[in-house]
Amino acid sequence: MSGIKTMERPSDLNSIGLQELTAFVWREADILDRCDYDAWLALWTDDGHYIVPIGPGENYEDQVNVCYDDAKMRKMRIERFQQGFSISSAPPADTVRTVSRFVLDRVDGDEIVLRCAEHVVENKFGRQRLYAANLTYTLVRTDGGLKIRDKVARLLNSEGELTAFSYLF
Amino acid sequence: MSLDHSQPHQCQARPQDLVEHDRVQTPLYEDAALFDEEMEKIFAHTWVFVAHGSEVPEKGSFILSWVGLQPVIVVRDRKGDINVLVNRCRHRAATVCEVKKGKTSSFQCPYHGWGYGLDGSLRGVPYPEQYGEDFDKAALSMKRLRVDSYQNMIFATLDESIEPLAEFLGPAKKWIDLFMKQGGGYPVKVLGEHQFTVPMNWKIQLENTTDAYHFPVVHKSFIQSLDKEAEATFNFFDKAGFVEDLGNGHSVAVMIPELIDLDENLDDPIPERFAELAQALRDEGFEEQKVRKIVRATGGAGFNLNLFPNVSLSLAFFRVLRPVSVKETAIRHVCLGMDGGPAAANRMRMRLQEHFQGPMGFGTPDDAEVWERVQRGTLGGKELPILVNRGLVDEVPGVDGPRGHLSAETGMRASYQMWKRMMAQ
Repeated sequence: MSGIKTMERPSDLNSIGLQELTAFVWREADILDRCDYDAWLALWTDDGHYIVPIGPGENYEDQVNVCYDDAKMRKMRIERFQQGFSISSAPPADTVRTVSRFVLDRVDGDEIVLRCAEHVVENKFGRQRLYAANLTYTLVRTDGGLKIRDKVARLLNSEGELTAFSYLF
Repeated sequence: MSLDHSQPHQCQARPQDLVEHDRVQTPLYEDAALFDEEMEKIFAHTWVFVAHGSEVPEKGSFILSWVGLQPVIVVRDRKGDINVLVNRCRHRAATVCEVKKGKTSSFQCPYHGWGYGLDGSLRGVPYPEQYGEDFDKAALSMKRLRVDSYQNMIFATLDESIEPLAEFLGPAKKWIDLFMKQGGGYPVKVLGEHQFTVPMNWKIQLENTTDAYHFPVVHKSFIQSLDKEAEATFNFFDKAGFVEDLGNGHSVAVMIPELIDLDENLDDPIPERFAELAQALRDEGFEEQKVRKIVRATGGAGFNLNLFPNVSLSLAFFRVLRPVSVKETAIRHVCLGMDGGPAAANRMRMRLQEHFQGPMGFGTPDDAEVWERVQRGTLGGKELPILVNRGLVDEVPGVDGPRGHLSAETGMRASYQMWKRMMAQ
């Protein structure tokens, strides 16, 4: 639906530049695959949330999520990955992620909402697992370039049985 | 599944010979024939936790669950009674429900349309004429399990002859009572859950909840993510904690003794990490004593209670295990909250749950990793025993059974003695 809406608003698309947005998301994917987590934290504004929801609906605050990180929790999570004390994260699983099927959902002033699809293949213990997620980014233009305010990664089977993750979506 | 999986396995030893008081043998994690025997001798003949009453709050509410390997539906009928029905049509065996939870007035098989009531009774079949006049619908109800509950925790069993649930729980009941005080004066309610699978035998998880020995090692990164005050709270071994065998395979590990009874010590200082919540509750108009009661309840109870064979009550959540195969186990971490309680307190409980539990928590992935390591490690040196002897040296008689140092393996010994008793039947 939103894809059609976007087609009806080519001016928005041109003014934002889908190419600029995809380049931003691909850079983030590369940062995550390289576990360059300091660079990842620098992509964010301070007021947003990184959310991996379980159930439907968008009132994430009042439901149990896989992850609901404000700036403080994001920083703590990255510290945990980096400190080397966590047996599940040191070493982490190797990942290769592909992000595709970009749809510009809406533009509201400096705020841009972008949807896309993500596949993550992880390798650990010589075993490969595949996860797929629908990503929704709320990006904002700042003096320092594009930043992430909110990122929602809705995993396939989010309400079912998952496995433990030592990386981000 | 390859055909290899269906080759007959033979457990070489008698199961009960695999368990001694201070050690168990590797086939307990590895032997597929033993797993089949466990499903028959243990999971078909004991009380298995299936759901919390708040997950089926109204008439017609249902949730899918399991008793051992068998899929069941837990459903509240029109009279308000709980039924646990095997999820199988009596005609050709199709599951009658694949919606995980919801509300309904009946169950209908999608294959030929046989319809069942909320108590499992067969209500109608399309074109009944071809079954003749002596077709006995009453004999073709969905298979209904024996059900009992304690403190709104619903258990089911396939065995009509075992003791009542209360008797089976025994001394564990008083710990369940204490655990439920985390409602802070409100009924305890399920707020949500994390679910994940781990490639390990179910008993590796069974051993874990009252094993405090692993906590400072496996959960170092979680402890380091806390503020100094909370870090001290989770620094268990400096305190007067203990682990006690409660009989019938149940055990309790008291990690934070000052939080055994959440109705006591309400005048203690409010911990730093709950200060904001306390203020939010005061701003909502709660009296100071009520604020303190809710805040104290929000962090959960200071002990872990392990109920044989499939559910633990831990801090602020239930941990429910489901054996899938000899080397695969599914786990639910059920987040509990206060039914009708302040939203701010329930939000905090959900954030605390996310902080530790689930696929991306600061604790669960590390647990999952070490559990999987156990399963992988037992491929080597199968003749080597698995040691459960820690703490025997200074174990003393407790109130209800042997009591050891908090880091003792008293809880594992309790589980394995029950396992041995049931497997010898």
